[in-house]
Amino acid sequence: MSGDLAGLYQQVILDHSREKHGFGLQPDADASSHQVNPTCGDELTLQLHVSDGVISSVTWEGAGCSISMASASLLTDLAPGLSLGDARQRIALFRELMHSRGAGIDDDDELLGDAIVLEGVSKYVARVKCAMLAWVALEADLAQLDA
Amino acid sequence: MPHPTDTTTALDTTPLTDAEVLLLRRDFPALKQQVNGHELIYLDSGATSQKPASVLDAERSFYEHDNSAVHRGAHTLAANATELFENARATVARFVGARENEIVWTSNATEGLNLIAYGMSNASIGRGGADAARFVLREGDEIVTTEGEHHANLVPWQELAARTGATLRHIPVDDDGALRMDEAVRMIGSRTKLVAFTHVSNVTGVINPVEELVRLAHDGGALVVLDACQSAPHRVLDLAALDVDFAVFSGHKMLAPTGIGVLYGRSELLDALPPFLTGGSMITTVTLDSSGYLPAPQRFEAGTQKVSQAIALAAAIDYLTAVGVDRIEAWESHLGARLVEGFSALPGVRVLGPGVGVHRAGLASVDVDGVHAHDVGQFLDDRGIAVRVGHHCAQPLHRRFGVTASTRASAYLYNTTADVDAVIDGMGAVRSFFGVAS
Ligand SMILES: Cc1ncc(COP(=O)(O)O)c(C=O)c1O
Repeated sequence: MSGDLAGLYQQVILDHSREKHGFGLQPDADASSHQVNPTCGDELTLQLHVSDGVISSVTWEGAGCSISMASASLLTDLAPGLSLGDARQRIALFRELMHSRGAGIDDDDELLGDAIVLEGVSKYVARVKCAMLAWVALEADLAQLDA
Repeated sequence: MPHPTDTTTALDTTPLTDAEVLLLRRDFPALKQQVNGHELIYLDSGATSQKPASVLDAERSFYEHDNSAVHRGAHTLAANATELFENARATVARFVGARENEIVWTSNATEGLNLIAYGMSNASIGRGGADAARFVLREGDEIVTTEGEHHANLVPWQELAARTGATLRHIPVDDDGALRMDEAVRMIGSRTKLVAFTHVSNVTGVINPVEELVRLAHDGGALVVLDACQSAPHRVLDLAALDVDFAVFSGHKMLAPTGIGVLYGRSELLDALPPFLTGGSMITTVTLDSSGYLPAPQRFEAGTQKVSQAIALAAAIDYLTAVGVDRIEAWESHLGARLVEGFSALPGVRVLGPGVGVHRAGLASVDVDGVHAHDVGQFLDDRGIAVRVGHHCAQPLHRRFGVTASTRASAYLYNTTADVDAVIDGMGAVRSFFGVAS
């Protein structure tokens, strides 16, 4: 196995892809969006629960590759407690990380919590969409709250 | 001049050997490279094939010596280009048992299928007059396709049905991916106007019973469209003998460049079908208000054509013919059988489609328990093995098998037994890498 592959599939990622924190939809979400990655058939519905302008939880259901599942799980850990504005900032940061082609992001990486383990994905252009799926869903949820 | 070793005669159906394949492989520049520190093992020819140097040379040579507009102009280069272009058509026609005027250039199989669908659509709103009556669809008419089609042979018929009010029906497949012929017999009848199906499945490698389906369709007066994308590159095809009305395939899957495809149609049908794309080069007389159209194939070849690609496709066919398509088919049959035997023996790996011992094409798709296809593909790529992951443009078929995606290994004349063994070996290591093997 190459070092790159080990970097892509770190143990934390494989664990999250199986444990799927936040898996299971709830009846009372404040926003919900469904995202599909047509190239490989990854699918995900992600719900946002907010109280007093702060994210209380993120819940989701979906099926897809280990990267997309782990990414949703990691996002579920990161999101609670963030203001809506902070959440938008983290999404932007994560997107920057994913498009860094392996270079990473310099400063603010602690803002992404454990999701920083997905940095290795940025070397695999074809997999960036997998990692982004849950984050794009959260972005769509936030947009619904604005509307 | 790189050229396949002339080890064959026309009737030779003995499989290639690994030694011969290794010699052939030298003709393919793209196969001589390392990927992630390993010799590339290319098992994605079902998606697109690699190209031998003779094909690349043919395209380059056209631009270096003969580049010119075809069917127009009186100068020498134009005449040379036209001759090469039409010779290429003749080469394709010979290769599939057709006449030259039955071969229409398209950019790919997808365009060919849309050409038929839009021609029928145009007939259905009165274009083409009485000659085009047999292409008219209206409410109560039925188009029959199958559950196993590539989206290219499904979505155009969905759209055609929606535009004309016809009903689209699907022959289901059984748990092994074989067409339910009992259902086909019930479904195909006097309402059926068109039956469209693939010769060989790009997902399961199933070889469909063309003769039987043609008989059912023709008994009820329906037209037959054959998707030959996965057969034309891999097996001897005699479209006239198969008695299909239309057929399509893509050059890029048979050693030729992208951008060139073929539509075959029986000539009396092609001459009656209203055109799809219209414009220059396909007309007789044009006035400001209306135009007359040339007979086939030109009536379907509007605008500047894919000249270098057509010439390169002819070079690809020359290459395949020199190797011997019968021998290629026999070799791939060996590789396909080995793939299925190998995959089937792995715990947690399920082959989609026919199992061990059933005749199939040289490809196999699998579902790996607990590991998504995308991850399987990534793991194999790390070993330099190129496979296809996803739904392979056949979502309904994957749904039938209860999965959203699969991993497909598809072989061609440049793959050895060792290539097949490498992907089986890699597949066997996937589940423990991802921590799902017990
Ligand atoms: C069975 C089948 N039909 C149709 C197509 C479409 O071919 P193209 O994309 O070249 O038009 C393919 C190729 O993927 C195929 O395998």
